[in-house]
Amino acid sequence: MLILGIETATERVSVAVGGHEGVIGLFEITKGRRHVETLVPAIDFMLKQADIDLDEISVVAVDVGPGLFTGMRVGLAGAKAIAQALRIPMIGISSLDLLAFPSRHTDRLVVPVIDARKGEVFYAMYRQVPGGVQQVVEPTVGPVDDLVADLLARSQDVLCVGDGALRYREEILDGYRCEFGGDAHPSAAPLVQLAHARALREDWVNPWEIEPIYLRAPDAQINWSTRAGR
Amino acid sequence: MTELVVDESTLVLGIETSCDETAAALVLGGFDVVSNVVSTQVDLHSDFGGVVPEIASRAHLDVLNPVIARTIVEAGIDDERIDAVACTVGPGLIGALLVGVSAAKSLAMAWDVPFVGVNHMEAHLYAASLEDPTLEFPLLVMLVSGGHTMLIEMQGHGRYRLVGQTIDDAAGEAFDKVARFLDLGYPGGPAIDLAALDGDPEAIRFPRAMMDDGYDFSFSGLKTSVMNYVRKHPDVSSEDVAASFQAAVVDVLVTKARRAAADIGATGIVLGGGVAANSLLREQVLDVCGRDGIQGFLPSRSMCTDNAAMIAAAGWHRLRSDGPTPLDVGATPNLRLPFID
Ligand SMILES: [Zn+2]
Repeated sequence: MLILGIETATERVSVAVGGHEGVIGLFEITKGRRHVETLVPAIDFMLKQADIDLDEISVVAVDVGPGLFTGMRVGLAGAKAIAQALRIPMIGISSLDLLAFPSRHTDRLVVPVIDARKGEVFYAMYRQVPGGVQQVVEPTVGPVDDLVADLLARSQDVLCVGDGALRYREEILDGYRCEFGGDAHPSAAPLVQLAHARALREDWVNPWEIEPIYLRAPDAQINWSTRAGR
Repeated sequence: MTELVVDESTLVLGIETSCDETAAALVLGGFDVVSNVVSTQVDLHSDFGGVVPEIASRAHLDVLNPVIARTIVEAGIDDERIDAVACTVGPGLIGALLVGVSAAKSLAMAWDVPFVGVNHMEAHLYAASLEDPTLEFPLLVMLVSGGHTMLIEMQGHGRYRLVGQTIDDAAGEAFDKVARFLDLGYPGGPAIDLAALDGDPEAIRFPRAMMDDGYDFSFSGLKTSVMNYVRKHPDVSSEDVAASFQAAVVDVLVTKARRAAADIGATGIVLGGGVAANSLLREQVLDVCGRDGIQGFLPSRSMCTDNAAMIAAAGWHRLRSDGPTPLDVGATPNLRLPFID
């Protein structure tokens, strides 16, 4: 069973393919052209280099956020379209899970932090369990101060990962002593690994059932005056 | 991918997500609409009196797959029959465009068929020929929507000359803002149209900006004078204001289109864009065309507003003239028509 993984929730575009032998193809780029320009050529290139036909894919896995809305949607729209065209199921996985999973060998509390712009971060907290990590604090969005307050309340050994952790390193360290590490951006490699475990249990959904995790209500700023309320 | 011969049997799937309609359609040979599905988001935006980009983008992502699935089911065909995927790449709201473009390119890759990026404005020009393939060039096209107000000389397929355009607000924008101001509801075009039925178009003489001055338009002054008038006369009937405002907009549009059509020796005037659904505009265009002995072509209301049949049709023409679009193309929110001159 081959899984195609698509990850575009931050600045990075990352695509991977793999199955029971692990990740067998990975292409990622964190600079350059934008998501929509890169995504389809990246999938095409990676599969050709791996000598895999799109028809051989059984499941499309996608990062469902949280992350930067427009980038996230490029991956979600592309992933859903591929699954629809190939008539195969999908597995959605959170960007915070993807950031935490590569740090599963630490005994610290793993805190993935994604830059949410506007002075805020998306974050969650994980502890290690055999073979992976388990979420102990649900994904949330808020100012860095909220994150620091959450860390103080737990007062555990902490490992912060992600572009939000790097960007706000000083602010976080000002409030709480912790370690920093891991990759700055989620990758499609852990996406394929995590999705494979779920695919074995047939824990998947149809393309139209994939739900993005935005964590923020849309900005709605149209303020034309009205005759009544000017 | 084998080289595609583009002819009458070429079946193109069109996808449109540039604003607040999520649409897909299948068009055969550039003219024959096989199926056409539009999911409108009007209700999602009505509280705000305008299209909220982030709400639009989220909705596109939610409904695009079912809209495409329904388009294929309604056509009664198998996916395998689709020869190419066409999608709006601009102009439009960037977040909204990206959903369609990403999906369309992915479908094209998965089905191993060509992808073709379509200019939304060019597609509006093709909406008319979908319903009347016998239209003869040159044509004067009046493209009036929430985003654009243009007079275009269509000399042939892919050959357009810009005759005139708005220097500030688009006509549709003026309708939305005045409707919002008068509390008539959203979207503004149909709301004004409806209110005007009970009003006197001659009740208030609103200014006709730049009426005798070239082919460009200006609507922002008109919007301001409507607001000033209502503030000065708080008891005026909204219906009279709507009717008088609509008369002023239509008067300028039709006078200039008529003059331009005569100027370029057009065989007819073609309407396109959301505002082309306006009753008074349709009536007056037909009237002047009748008087001048030229064709007045008014696409049905559903072809005037955003749809994907026009995208598939324009895609068929572009595919035939230019071939497929590379898969690394992006979305361009301010994409312009490829005007000659
Ligand atoms: Zn339009």
